[in-house]
Amino acid sequence: MTQPDAPALAPVLTQDGRPLKASLSRALRREKLRAFLLIAPLLAFVLLTFAAPIVDMLLRSVDNTIVPETLPRTVVVLADWDPKAEELPGEAAYVAIVEDLREAVANKTHTRLGTRLNYEQSGFSSLMRKSGRAVEKIQGPDVKGQLIAADAAWGDPVIWQTLKLYSGSTTKGYFLAALDAKQTVEGVEMLPEGERIYLMLFGRTLLMSIVITLACVVIGYPVAFLLAQLPMRTSNLLMILVLLPFWTSLLVRTSAWKVLLQQQGVINDLLVWIGLLSDDGRLVMMNNATGTIIAMTHILLPFMILPLYSVMKTISPSYMRAARSLGANDWTAFWRVYFPQSVPGIGAGAVLVFILAIGYYITPELVGGTSGIFISNRIAYHISSSLNWGLAAALGALLLVAVLILFYVYDKVVGIDNVKLG
Amino acid sequence: MSSLPPYASPLQRTWHYTFRTLCGLIFFFLIFPILVIIPLSFNAQDFFTFTPEMLALDPDGYSTKHYVDFFTNPDWQNALRNSFMIAPAATLLATVLGTLAAIGLSQPHVPFRSAIMAVLISPMIVPLIIAAAGMYFFYSRIGLQGTYWGVVLAHAVLGTPFVIITVTATLVGFDKSLVRAAASMGAGPITTFFKVQMPLILPGVVSGALFAFITSFDEVVVVLFLGSASQKTLPWQMFIGLREQISPTILAVASIMVVLSVMLLTVLELLRRRSERLRGVTPA
Repeated sequence: MTQPDAPALAPVLTQDGRPLKASLSRALRREKLRAFLLIAPLLAFVLLTFAAPIVDMLLRSVDNTIVPETLPRTVVVLADWDPKAEELPGEAAYVAIVEDLREAVANKTHTRLGTRLNYEQSGFSSLMRKSGRAVEKIQGPDVKGQLIAADAAWGDPVIWQTLKLYSGSTTKGYFLAALDAKQTVEGVEMLPEGERIYLMLFGRTLLMSIVITLACVVIGYPVAFLLAQLPMRTSNLLMILVLLPFWTSLLVRTSAWKVLLQQQGVINDLLVWIGLLSDDGRLVMMNNATGTIIAMTHILLPFMILPLYSVMKTISPSYMRAARSLGANDWTAFWRVYFPQSVPGIGAGAVLVFILAIGYYITPELVGGTSGIFISNRIAYHISSSLNWGLAAALGALLLVAVLILFYVYDKVVGIDNVKLG
Repeated sequence: MSSLPPYASPLQRTWHYTFRTLCGLIFFFLIFPILVIIPLSFNAQDFFTFTPEMLALDPDGYSTKHYVDFFTNPDWQNALRNSFMIAPAATLLATVLGTLAAIGLSQPHVPFRSAIMAVLISPMIVPLIIAAAGMYFFYSRIGLQGTYWGVVLAHAVLGTPFVIITVTATLVGFDKSLVRAAASMGAGPITTFFKVQMPLILPGVVSGALFAFITSFDEVVVVLFLGSASQKTLPWQMFIGLREQISPTILAVASIMVVLSVMLLTVLELLRRRSERLRGVTPA
């Protein structure tokens, strides 16, 4: 703008004598600070009560400090031992483990260590309990011979290989287990075909979420279309039929489906009564995948209809009229003109339903049986029943990654600012 | 599509009625499961299905004993009381923090706006089981696991995204010149907030609060992990009853909750009309 040889302009001043630029940037800074001060309490609250717990849990998926903390001497001695050689470590390793175990027994940590290593190699739990009692009696020379005499497992190189593999303070073991793999001295190895359960469970969770999402699109589209076409007064009235399930407790809806779907339930009774089924040929619609799909489609359907409706509402009816006036029949006008404009709504609804579906826990737990449960149910099982928290954390981390990717996609497609509720 | 023109061809007529029937069936699918439990909850037997006496409309087939059980059984009454102790506290916390943050986020210059938004919305997106597991470990470490405040804090954080979303939506329609007008007339920021801004965004705040309330009132996964027996809420009691399938009282509870959600929906609809009226849009 300014010529290179033009005289420099004096800065514009505000009334109080400051340069305008400085004054404006000060005002901007103050405004930013005020906005931040309003957001800060909630941000701190969410980070402390929500984000920190999740990060803390995720760290458990690689945490292995229990082995090096319980067996400090053994870990050091084993550092020089080559696990690939099919022979036992020397006397020094046996001396170290006896000392470590004595200390662990005093601190009562040896059973916890046994539980931890049992996830990787079965037999460790009983070995640690038994050896915990035996180490008290070991004295004098030939510790190796005495320990093997106390429990023959100590004469098995596999035990030592596992100890060596899990001697670090972090481990990939839980993640490998979550992917049906195992660490061996040769490297990572898939479990035998019959023992792979988590990949199957992840696959099922994804597949069933896709089926549920597609069902929601297919069922939700006509309803949203009708609601968008009808005059406001009628559509508001019909909208109540969508909003009532949306606002009704999840457990109420799940219990309703339990009542409807069971073998002595309302649907089966009805089918028997109208003669479609014989009394002993009642359909099994619950405690399997069918039950989960039906109930979850019903529960998530409003999350499909509401975004779809809000997009369809913005499509001007004059486009359809224009297409018809140019000679398109109803179907062509819909398919070539209306449908492409409603695709963003399908995207928004589908991603939302999918995100919610893959993390579902309650409904599969109550109507899913064994063939209709999701990965969430397995995570809950490992936290409250099997107590393998590391594996639960690893499974949770994988699920979380999937959800965050979808969340990112949702943000790109819809924008998180544009989420609408009701 | 909305109404059939008089010149419609037979094919168009057929399609029109087929489509209407189809939509009718979908509406039936949406609403039937919720309504069917209400008559079933008056079953005189301990069954989850219609008895022949009920179908014959015999008065003896009906009874209010499941409702009586709900209102007299100490387990259910305790659960109800816990729910009403946890939900309002969580709602209050979520609404205050969420409203302030939504106002902050609506300012024109917010650094890292989308990143902050993503963090604040995440409690709605992250699968509940992951949140519940994380909180279980973390809250046990700081002594909040199994306490009233632990559950309240967890429920509050789960409710905040709904408050942010609804309040942000009302703030979009808020005319900023009103704040400037108030300021030019000598009102301080606090007076402006309570006298000008707050009354106008109140419908959004109230519906956000209702969302937060229902989130807490309906939440079961987190409370199962984070609560102890003395924080047993209504959904918790229902979950246990459903898993062990013992108590038909669940249907009575469910019916009461359906009635509650109808009331809630009515309040929300009235709020929506009020806010439209305030913005000068004629309610439909």
